[in-house]
Amino acid sequence: MTTATIVPGAARTLKNHVSFGQTLRNSFSMAWRGLLKIKRTPEQLIDVTVQPILFTVMFTYIFGGAIAGDAMTYLPFLLPGILVQTVITTSVVTGVQLREDMDKGVFDRFRSLPIARVAPLAGALLADTVRYGIATVLTFAAGYVMGYRPEAGLGSVIVASLVVVVAAWSLSWIFAFFGVIARSAGSVQGISFLILFPLTFLSNAFVQADTMPDWLQWFVNINPVSHLVTAARGITMGTDVSGDLLATLVGAVVVVAIFAPLTVRAYMRKA
Amino acid sequence: MDITTTRAQGDWAIEADGLVKVFGENRAVDGVDLRVAAGTVYGVLGPNGAGKTTTISMLATLLRPDAGSARIFGHDVQAEPNVVRQLIGVTGQYASVDETLSATENLVLFSRLLGLGRRDARRKASDLLEEFGLTEAAKRPLKQFSGGMRRRLDLAASLIAQPPLIFLDEPTTGLDPRTRAQMWETIRRLVSTGSTVLLTTQYLDEADQLADRIAVIDRGRVVAEGTGDELKASVGESSLQLRLVDPRDLGDAQAAIERVLGVHATASPEAARLTAPMQDADLVAELLVTFRDAGIHLAELSVQKPTLDEVFLTLTGHTAESEAAGDEASGTELELEGSRA
Repeated sequence: MTTATIVPGAARTLKNHVSFGQTLRNSFSMAWRGLLKIKRTPEQLIDVTVQPILFTVMFTYIFGGAIAGDAMTYLPFLLPGILVQTVITTSVVTGVQLREDMDKGVFDRFRSLPIARVAPLAGALLADTVRYGIATVLTFAAGYVMGYRPEAGLGSVIVASLVVVVAAWSLSWIFAFFGVIARSAGSVQGISFLILFPLTFLSNAFVQADTMPDWLQWFVNINPVSHLVTAARGITMGTDVSGDLLATLVGAVVVVAIFAPLTVRAYMRKA
Repeated sequence: MDITTTRAQGDWAIEADGLVKVFGENRAVDGVDLRVAAGTVYGVLGPNGAGKTTTISMLATLLRPDAGSARIFGHDVQAEPNVVRQLIGVTGQYASVDETLSATENLVLFSRLLGLGRRDARRKASDLLEEFGLTEAAKRPLKQFSGGMRRRLDLAASLIAQPPLIFLDEPTTGLDPRTRAQMWETIRRLVSTGSTVLLTTQYLDEADQLADRIAVIDRGRVVAEGTGDELKASVGESSLQLRLVDPRDLGDAQAAIERVLGVHATASPEAARLTAPMQDADLVAELLVTFRDAGIHLAELSVQKPTLDEVFLTLTGHTAESEAAGDEASGTELELEGSRA
């Protein structure tokens, strides 16, 4: 036991306010915990390792001939779409795991510590960008093995990946919100996939929007996932996408601005 | 219950007034008042589902009280929650450490969160592991830890910031006697450094051993408060238990006890057993002589200290046992849900 006597409670000077700097530091500490958890339970990475490879190979050879005439013509079109779909699906897992995590006793301790309230959530979400990164790298790697050569070069792939990871991170706040308000991890998964399927499939991720009926085109064109796919596709193909890129990034900021405070409030109400 | 409020503001580590927490139909905490003086050990004694954990959760800013107020070293738990969090350490009923991390990683994480630099956090972690005898297990996954090791790690994590007030929620429940004694030793050392400790327990013995003052809590209310001696005095002294060889002697034996000890003995005829309050141990010898002279033979003789059950029976009119049996299923679960959700 430490021999030094403890400073009496009444003799301490304390603040009731958590500074922005401390919020950042706390969030990064929590992100470090998230990374350790990923390191300890590598089996949880199965969805970001197997899925991108499986989907890329499967979709290319199943739809390639029918949609674009042959697989190799389809691949540059499909790959950004698959990437977006895979990474966004992964962001659902963030919400599910957050729910599981919050049921553990250690969250009681986090709540009792003088740290930023948002830190346990922000840290978990931050650590999960590593998972998105893995999914991104494997999707492009699978594509490369199959013969994909980006027109705009390797740099464009990195830029497109960053855009997708940022978008997925902001979307993960939505699923984190479900994670906080839901009763069980299973229900988080249920609600999230209900939203996710229309969003990813009713988009231009796999086919051109102009092949669809008018009423569906209307939805596909306003679907934020379409903007993200178009942006990623344009970047890797070297075409001008500033409109879609701007829409994507503004959308990402808006989602975080709405859902981060909502999630933290729900989290604190439960606390 | 009579609480004196003559002390100056800063002298109270905890002041709680009329704390209430309701979960659905269940009034888990139903108007709890507490005054804990700085630098003392305060025991909150009660059966499962009595509202102990819920009370701690409110004092530790984990749960919002539905009514009433509480101050920690003069800081209101609802108005200044972050100040309160800088003054307390909480060790939960179920070890609140991260199971996927190692012991060292847990302590480094909490140290970092509390503002220590990378190097200081490492040093703090290894110091604490050393103090709590966990150095050898530092790198092992927590899943391999025994209950006692987990509790010690949990306590170590609560001490990183050297908080002046520490909440220990049933620190020894489920531990074997040897580990329990070690835990008691740790708690005593803690107090000697100047910490204030509020501990909850189901064992009168534990509260008696460690606490300067004890509050007995039942169905969300404080039913008695005082020092261990005062509490035991209110229950009565030890009791003398006799089992007779021949049940037909019960009446005679009862009369003899009445005459020699001057108290009424309760008889349970099926077991030929007599129980009598024992104020003066010296008189027992005389009683035994009387029995021998009267030809009453004893099969068994024992002296029992007041148990928590008897404290409860006396203070509340119902036993702790039946309380636990009746409310455990719903009560405990609610309490858990409350503290975790």
